[in-house]
Amino acid sequence: MLNIEISQIKIIAAKEFRDRIRNRWVIAVAIIFTAFALAITYFGSAQQGEVGLRNIEVTIASLVSLVIYLIPLIALILGYDAIVGERERGSLDLLLSMPITRLELLLGKFLGLSAALTSATLAGFGLVGLLLAYQIDLNALYHYAGFMVSAILLGMVFLSLAVMVSVIAKDRARASGGAISVWFLFVLVYDLLLLGVLVLSGGSFGEELFPLLLLLNPADIFRILNIFSMEDIKVFYGLATVFPTSLSSPWLLGSVMIAWIIMPLTVALWRFK
Amino acid sequence: MKNNVIEVSNIFKYYGEVLAVDGVTLTVFKGETLGLIGHNGAGKSTLFKMMLGLIPPTSGTININSTPVHGGAFRELRRSIGYLPENVVFYDNLTGLETLQFFAALKGCERDKCLPLLEKVGLAHAATRRVDGYSKGMRQRLGFAQALLGKPSILFLDEPTTGLDPEGIREFYSILHELNTQGVTVIITSHILSEIQERVQRLAVLKSGKLHALGTVQALRESVDLPLTIQVQQQCSANTLQVALQGVALESLTVADKTAIIRCHRAHKMEVLRRLGSLGDALQDVVVKEPTLEDVFLGYAG
Repeated sequence: MLNIEISQIKIIAAKEFRDRIRNRWVIAVAIIFTAFALAITYFGSAQQGEVGLRNIEVTIASLVSLVIYLIPLIALILGYDAIVGERERGSLDLLLSMPITRLELLLGKFLGLSAALTSATLAGFGLVGLLLAYQIDLNALYHYAGFMVSAILLGMVFLSLAVMVSVIAKDRARASGGAISVWFLFVLVYDLLLLGVLVLSGGSFGEELFPLLLLLNPADIFRILNIFSMEDIKVFYGLATVFPTSLSSPWLLGSVMIAWIIMPLTVALWRFK
Repeated sequence: MKNNVIEVSNIFKYYGEVLAVDGVTLTVFKGETLGLIGHNGAGKSTLFKMMLGLIPPTSGTININSTPVHGGAFRELRRSIGYLPENVVFYDNLTGLETLQFFAALKGCERDKCLPLLEKVGLAHAATRRVDGYSKGMRQRLGFAQALLGKPSILFLDEPTTGLDPEGIREFYSILHELNTQGVTVIITSHILSEIQERVQRLAVLKSGKLHALGTVQALRESVDLPLTIQVQQQCSANTLQVALQGVALESLTVADKTAIIRCHRAHKMEVLRRLGSLGDALQDVVVKEPTLEDVFLGYAG
């Protein structure tokens, strides 16, 4: 079963990545990230009558709030077409007649698209990171690096979900609908539902269950990863404060994110017959 | 004993309630060219895709070179199989050469074989142009070049001449002939029957998912026993002609001016010709027309 040829995965991944470089997708998304990051970093406190970098922790928290909406959306748009697009155009049969397994094709697509999104994330936020590096201390820079790594993981989770949608959907229209639903569910609806339940139950609803429910949403894991380490910020986030320290190790949370990358791909492979 | 390359045995394929392929058993021999014909929806492409291991049959087995097409071991064999799908689609953002190089990489064959292949199919001039600027015929040529990557020993060609102009069709068949002399096994579908009847060794006729007939063009013609058409140029009256042919079992006889059209079964052909010979100098020309493959095809699959 696990007869994997890495070279085949590389060929597919390289094509996907090259396509996104050529059609300027990577540079366009990098510019969007840079623009938003700069705006938040330097004008985020304009309402208080100040311009310029104030507090790196507040800045990262603001970036987290932005990225939590933006990256899942961009990842889903990038990936929803991956398989269903080939199927609808009619190029999938030819591709599958090559000496390549479906697992290799899926992994190649996923890794190539991940490389594109990761490049855009690194370039966009990295540029701002370089500008920040002159003004902040090493500890803050470490937080910023953590923010970038977790943003990359968040992108890969939603790319994995997008590839799953792309395998399951019958046509591109349904795939785009499915991708938007995934975004709404994880980014908007899930937290609202959890908060609603928490408020309705008057806080009595399982204190142990609640953190685990947060782990079921990759967007929440991303938020916890970034703000839990910052005491100043924690108090601003209702949901994160109910999160126990025992579960807040970045390694544990990072592992859960990686599980979130693997699971949708596994479902995708199972459905890709 | 002939060398079996492809063995399709008792294949059924259901799409939900719909039976697309109905108990097909078929053997393709090494080095032969087999034509697969049938109306749209007869199950040709479905059968093709099952032979290539792209979709699983509901029941039955398919082996190529004794290897099951749905097993992991089939991957190696794919390197020696060329496939040109019906209405082939490529990536519009790649050039012709890049397209070939992409598939060459997947097939594990050398990149520097790509340009000569494009020359072979007459696309060298467009090698560095993007595929979205290609005409239908050029895409088909590119598809054929793709199928020839890595010197395949088996070629699956689904409606390969669609979109080609007459010159392109001629070039295509000359390449195919060359491959055939090198021992390549070819399975080809076409709806232009007059085009493939001279170029295949055997024909498989599919009708509503069933294998309706299988054999050489000649054997198929004989088995359906369609009437021959004999066209006669003569100087005598209709009456004289009727008298001369009296007693011979004809399908029909129509006389218009100096041309008579006689339709009769093969068994009576020589008798008709002998009787016509008795007309002497009044007989100016005789043309015997065999039933075309279209006739056979319509007789079987129509």
